[in-house]
Amino acid sequence: MSAGPKTAEDLAAQLTADGYLADTQTALVAWLAIELGKPVLVEGPAGVGKTELAKSLSRVLDRDLIRLQCYEGLDEAKALYEWNYRKQLLRIQAESDGAGWDKVQDDIFGEEFLLERPLLEAITSEEPVVLLVDEIDKTDQEFEAMLLELLSDFQVSVPELGTMTSKSHPVVLLTSNNSRELTEALKRRCLYLWIDYPEAEHELAIIRLKAPELSATVSAKLVELVGEIRALDLKKPPSIAESIDWARALLLLGADSIDSKVFAETMSVIIKHRSDLETVAERVGMKLAGGDAATAS
Amino acid sequence: MPQPPADKNSSTGFDANLLAFTHQLRGEGMAVGTAELLDATAAIGHVAWADRDAVHGALSATLAKSPEDRRIFDIVFDRFFFRAAEQAALDLGEPIAGSKPGDEDAARIDIEKLKQQIAQALRDGSDGSVRDMARLAVAAFGQTQGGSGVVGVDVQRIRRALGLRSEPQPELPAEDPRAAGIPRDRLRLFEQEVRRELERQTIERTRSLPPARPLGDLERGLPTGPAQDLAEIHKVIAQLRRKMATNGQLLRGQKRSNVIDVRKTVRASLQTGGVPVVLKQRPKRPKRPEIFVLCDVSTSVTSSSVFFLSVLHALHDSFRKMRSFVFIERISEVTEVFEKERDFKKISRAITTDAGVADVSGYTDYGRVWSEFLAQIESELHPRATVIVLGDARTNGRPAREDLFAQVAARAGRTFWLNPEPKLYWNYGDSVINAYAEYCIAYECWTAAHLSDFVEALTRPGTPRASQR
Repeated sequence: MSAGPKTAEDLAAQLTADGYLADTQTALVAWLAIELGKPVLVEGPAGVGKTELAKSLSRVLDRDLIRLQCYEGLDEAKALYEWNYRKQLLRIQAESDGAGWDKVQDDIFGEEFLLERPLLEAITSEEPVVLLVDEIDKTDQEFEAMLLELLSDFQVSVPELGTMTSKSHPVVLLTSNNSRELTEALKRRCLYLWIDYPEAEHELAIIRLKAPELSATVSAKLVELVGEIRALDLKKPPSIAESIDWARALLLLGADSIDSKVFAETMSVIIKHRSDLETVAERVGMKLAGGDAATAS
Repeated sequence: MPQPPADKNSSTGFDANLLAFTHQLRGEGMAVGTAELLDATAAIGHVAWADRDAVHGALSATLAKSPEDRRIFDIVFDRFFFRAAEQAALDLGEPIAGSKPGDEDAARIDIEKLKQQIAQALRDGSDGSVRDMARLAVAAFGQTQGGSGVVGVDVQRIRRALGLRSEPQPELPAEDPRAAGIPRDRLRLFEQEVRRELERQTIERTRSLPPARPLGDLERGLPTGPAQDLAEIHKVIAQLRRKMATNGQLLRGQKRSNVIDVRKTVRASLQTGGVPVVLKQRPKRPKRPEIFVLCDVSTSVTSSSVFFLSVLHALHDSFRKMRSFVFIERISEVTEVFEKERDFKKISRAITTDAGVADVSGYTDYGRVWSEFLAQIESELHPRATVIVLGDARTNGRPAREDLFAQVAARAGRTFWLNPEPKLYWNYGDSVINAYAEYCIAYECWTAAHLSDFVEALTRPGTPRASQR
């Protein structure tokens, strides 16, 4: 860490400079995670910048980002370590005449034959890293249990080798879309950060940052509309990622205002369900059309 | 602004306060362990104590670890540190913070202008200005018209007096900031500040703190009120689905004994020269019960029963067969309504208007309901069927006919009764839940937690009747 942040505000400023607008709570928890050396469990709806936070943190702290994308059926062989059995076989064959069994056995269970997977890599790295365990809720509970040792003590036990303790303290972020309840044991070991859809001003700032060419009035209108749409009862409310996409789409189209026509054309950028499309067209589209009529008359 | 006392070492210092705070959190049902407490203490050491948001942030990150917990945490945090600050002020004999304008000031306030000012501040102003406006509003309306003594009532009275509403008010002139409606979250903030100001005045008047009120059931209960939020309901349903998905896995994992599939085992044994080294077992199939639901839809329980029905139907793929009935005086089958409609609002409308519920008096007649149910369904009931009744078991003085209900229960494999009333009210007035509870398992069901407990019991293999009795 060359210029590590001194306070939470400091970190927030650095994140902003990197292009990630963190609200105070996000910056505070991230900073606490660095200071206390505890993992952070980041939860929130899809597309509010959970993964982006980890990426930005790694850039700000000038550390490598090691990412483990979780999915159903992920096991330790893919997440933690695996014995490189091909190499082990070769070794045995190369030594098959002469050397005694004991010697070979000692040999083939050495670090040389260990394939490091993301979690072990994060632990054994000489330089401190940022470890991102993405969408932890997608895995099975057994996998969570396996993570516990790593999260609380930053160590991994390999039966044949013993315990491998971390040489550097990684910053660990776990993200979850809340698609299932995580275990208490996991939660207890983590700081908790809930990132929700941002306040209007905050979102406006994000849009202005990500699509600076879009005029201020259109951006403001966009944020207002997105807020309105989120308040509806939708299957998949638009996230920040989608607002940004929308802003860029409007930019491409060269729209200088959002009227009902532009809205109807670009709505599909932010709404991803057929039934949602209908609801939004009915509620928000009509309202926009009404507004147009009022200004025209 | 309430601030924690800054004396760290004395026994009444921050550590003690933090302990008391976590104690209150536990009292509200949050699981706060020693590990969390240690984390919180460590985290507090890294933030500025004078910054309320930083302290709040640090504590919430270490203590409240789910969105539901966060909601409770916020309420308790506000209450606790507000009270702590007021208590400290009382102990020191200092005047309570937030001095209000004197009476002569209040008299001079131009009411109409004030209304506009407040609305303006609510629409555009910072949180700080909302607080100031809340003080002004209490000064202007709290005193002159005399308080009712109940804070919640006073808050609503002041809000009404100011003409603040979230929906647009077209009858007002366009330049009035209230015309377009006040954003709902700002309005909520304002009400919160008014409430706080009123509480402060009460404390000043009585020179003592009112007893801490445990969180009301309202704040944690199911969204059943008339103003229920559809999105909120869907959230609960989504949550239940998630829980069930997790639980299903748990159940399959916990079931110890299993049946060996001889054919597969023999086939697998061919690889090992006929020695059955690997035992193959029959796959475990989750139990899919057949369900009959009877829902009371008389006015007193409509919202919770419709809500409950839609939860069950959202989960219908877990059940082999499901038939739903609604009743007030007579019963009527609504299975099709749920199969066709996905929209909660339309379902509610369809049930209350078109379902053909004979609603002559609007009072539930349980005796008649049982006899009709038996007449229609008796032949279809069998030991693997589950009957669920949702109702408050209030007979309005009509015969309960528990003998008929016993017949239903005897024919069905399992019978559950869900009562949307808290257990405290059971058997008071015309509630005869005990008469029915003899033949079924009665659950109280007015929070999301109750509901998910029940759904879990429902999908659990085996009959809980034997285990619970």
